[in-house]
Amino acid sequence: MPDNREVLLSVKNMSVCFGKGKHLFKAVDNVSFDIYEGETFGLVGESGSGKTTIGRTIIRINPTTSGEIFFKGEKINGKISRELDRRVTREIQMIFQDPMASLNERAKVDYIVSEGLLSSGEKLPEAERRARVEKALSEVGLLPEFASRFPHEFSGGQRQRIGVARALIMQPDFVIADEPISALDVSIRAQVLNLLSDLQQERGLTYLFISHDLSVMRFICDRIAVIHKGVLVELAETEKLFAHPLHPYTRALLSAIPLPDPAREKNKKLEVYDPTQHDYSVDKPSWVEIEEGHMIWGNEKEIGKYREMLRA
Amino acid sequence: MEERETILSVRDLNIKFSLRGRTLHAIRDVSLDLYKGESLAIVGESGSGKSVFVKSFMGLLDANGWVDSGEILYNGEDLTKFTTEKQWLRVRGKQIAMVLQDPMTSLNPLKTIGAQIMEAIELHQNLHGEAARREMLSVLTDVGITEPERRAKQYPHEFSGGMRQRVVIAIAVACRPQILICDEPTTALDVTIQAQILDLIRSLKQKYDLTTVYITHDLGVVANVADRIAVMYAGDIVEIGLCEEVFYQPKHPYTWALLSSLPQLGVKGEPLYSIHGTPPNLFNEVKGDAFAPRNPQALKIDFVKRPPYFEVSPTHKARTWLLDPRAPKIEPPEAVRKLASEGVKGHA
Repeated sequence: MPDNREVLLSVKNMSVCFGKGKHLFKAVDNVSFDIYEGETFGLVGESGSGKTTIGRTIIRINPTTSGEIFFKGEKINGKISRELDRRVTREIQMIFQDPMASLNERAKVDYIVSEGLLSSGEKLPEAERRARVEKALSEVGLLPEFASRFPHEFSGGQRQRIGVARALIMQPDFVIADEPISALDVSIRAQVLNLLSDLQQERGLTYLFISHDLSVMRFICDRIAVIHKGVLVELAETEKLFAHPLHPYTRALLSAIPLPDPAREKNKKLEVYDPTQHDYSVDKPSWVEIEEGHMIWGNEKEIGKYREMLRA
Repeated sequence: MEERETILSVRDLNIKFSLRGRTLHAIRDVSLDLYKGESLAIVGESGSGKSVFVKSFMGLLDANGWVDSGEILYNGEDLTKFTTEKQWLRVRGKQIAMVLQDPMTSLNPLKTIGAQIMEAIELHQNLHGEAARREMLSVLTDVGITEPERRAKQYPHEFSGGMRQRVVIAIAVACRPQILICDEPTTALDVTIQAQILDLIRSLKQKYDLTTVYITHDLGVVANVADRIAVMYAGDIVEIGLCEEVFYQPKHPYTWALLSSLPQLGVKGEPLYSIHGTPPNLFNEVKGDAFAPRNPQALKIDFVKRPPYFEVSPTHKARTWLLDPRAPKIEPPEAVRKLASEGVKGHA
């Protein structure tokens, strides 16, 4: 990735813990990454890996335990001014996984889409609000008339569009999409993916795309970070990651992707990841840039091994 | 393919549901032969009727649904003629067993997993006491659960998702069924676990000489497990053939659309092919080819007359007018042609 790109969001040594004392659970452990303006940054991991927690921490739903988050150069975690809080809530928006569960069944689309505007405290004249709802709906390919309907009147794909419209109406710069297509049918997935990439081109949006599905990530992400049990293990440009996966967990993940190609699928070799293979008792691991833009988690001995793998 | 023994045969099956006074035609004239020892995958979107179809093999249709016409022949009996639960109990579990999508909901949270497997063994294999217990432990070992003695005494919540699915599979195979139906067996699991579970089902199929039917919407899973694929759309099998035939020489426009909309086959930076519109409303009568309204290249006749099956090879047939000798030549989309010529590229 060229260095001249502006960093939009920067996460530095962030940890997030739940519970305390004996029940302390470290969901996210000392992760650092930058997201550049206009890119699609993918965060991939299995359930329980902490990927959703990272997204939620960025939009201030979960507090950080340690570390810092910078958005456009300003620190946005911990105690911040009310003004900044408002701005962050407006400029960072989220799209959720299950459009069946994330829309209020008892509210009309008009309300659902404009809820952010209403609660942001901005006093908008009614006509202006309506105009913005209509604009947001038409941008995601829905008819303005739909504003007076209820969520149950829509199909899964249309509901997810409503979810996208709800985020867009705030005119965000940064959108966190948490498994936005996992709950959708195969034929609908393509529609939503296309919509997201069109919107990115039109508005110069930056995405943080959270998913467990590497094949979808490969199609839309510029860079991908792999997370395992709260620890980032590898980060690289998408094609680099697919061409030279280094960390054994990344390799296991890549080898397990189901491919729609029987010839490959029937001869595939699974790599199984065994977390006990790392001996971090003496030689402590760290987050190292092994080649330009390619970060990896490992101790000195492992990094040496990964370097050799890169040369091969 | 050589002549193969048919284990289950469905003939012109029609299934209807009554919902709020209206009738929904969920399965429309479906015929299918299931061969002994094969692995068949039924692919379709939600609402295509794939689950309803296989549920009818086990008498598990919801109370408002019924088999309107047609027959399901198994072991010389027509399953659709069954009227009592007692008749079904001879088949369900014993002959045809099922693994459901979510292992969270298919296990009883209040019983140890050992007890749940024993229950199936005692009911279906007529083993009791110590013999049943030994059998239970051996099944647990078969599904790859280490330390079966200790694990058998644990409750479902003490298992991870993948382990729970193994337990569900153990219960299913403990009954020594002939046919194992797996309804989205891995959708709720992580990719690395998914691959392991698919491997497990495959090895059990070998060991117990099972015939397996997979229901899934994930074409990656299908490519992995299937010998044959049936593509369902709007309550009908629109294309059926060997795994390689359906992936590399698909004939039905719906199969084309399904394949082209996969991100794995897309070109980065270009829009993905997407299917417009929604599947037809099965409360209304479907006229012609059910996919025609969503198919930009539909022929005139597609809207008028329902296509019959056209044979592509002895193992491959599709319900589309494109295969009629009089039909214009329409090439499959680029993504589909590319899949046939070079496969999925660039995966490590």
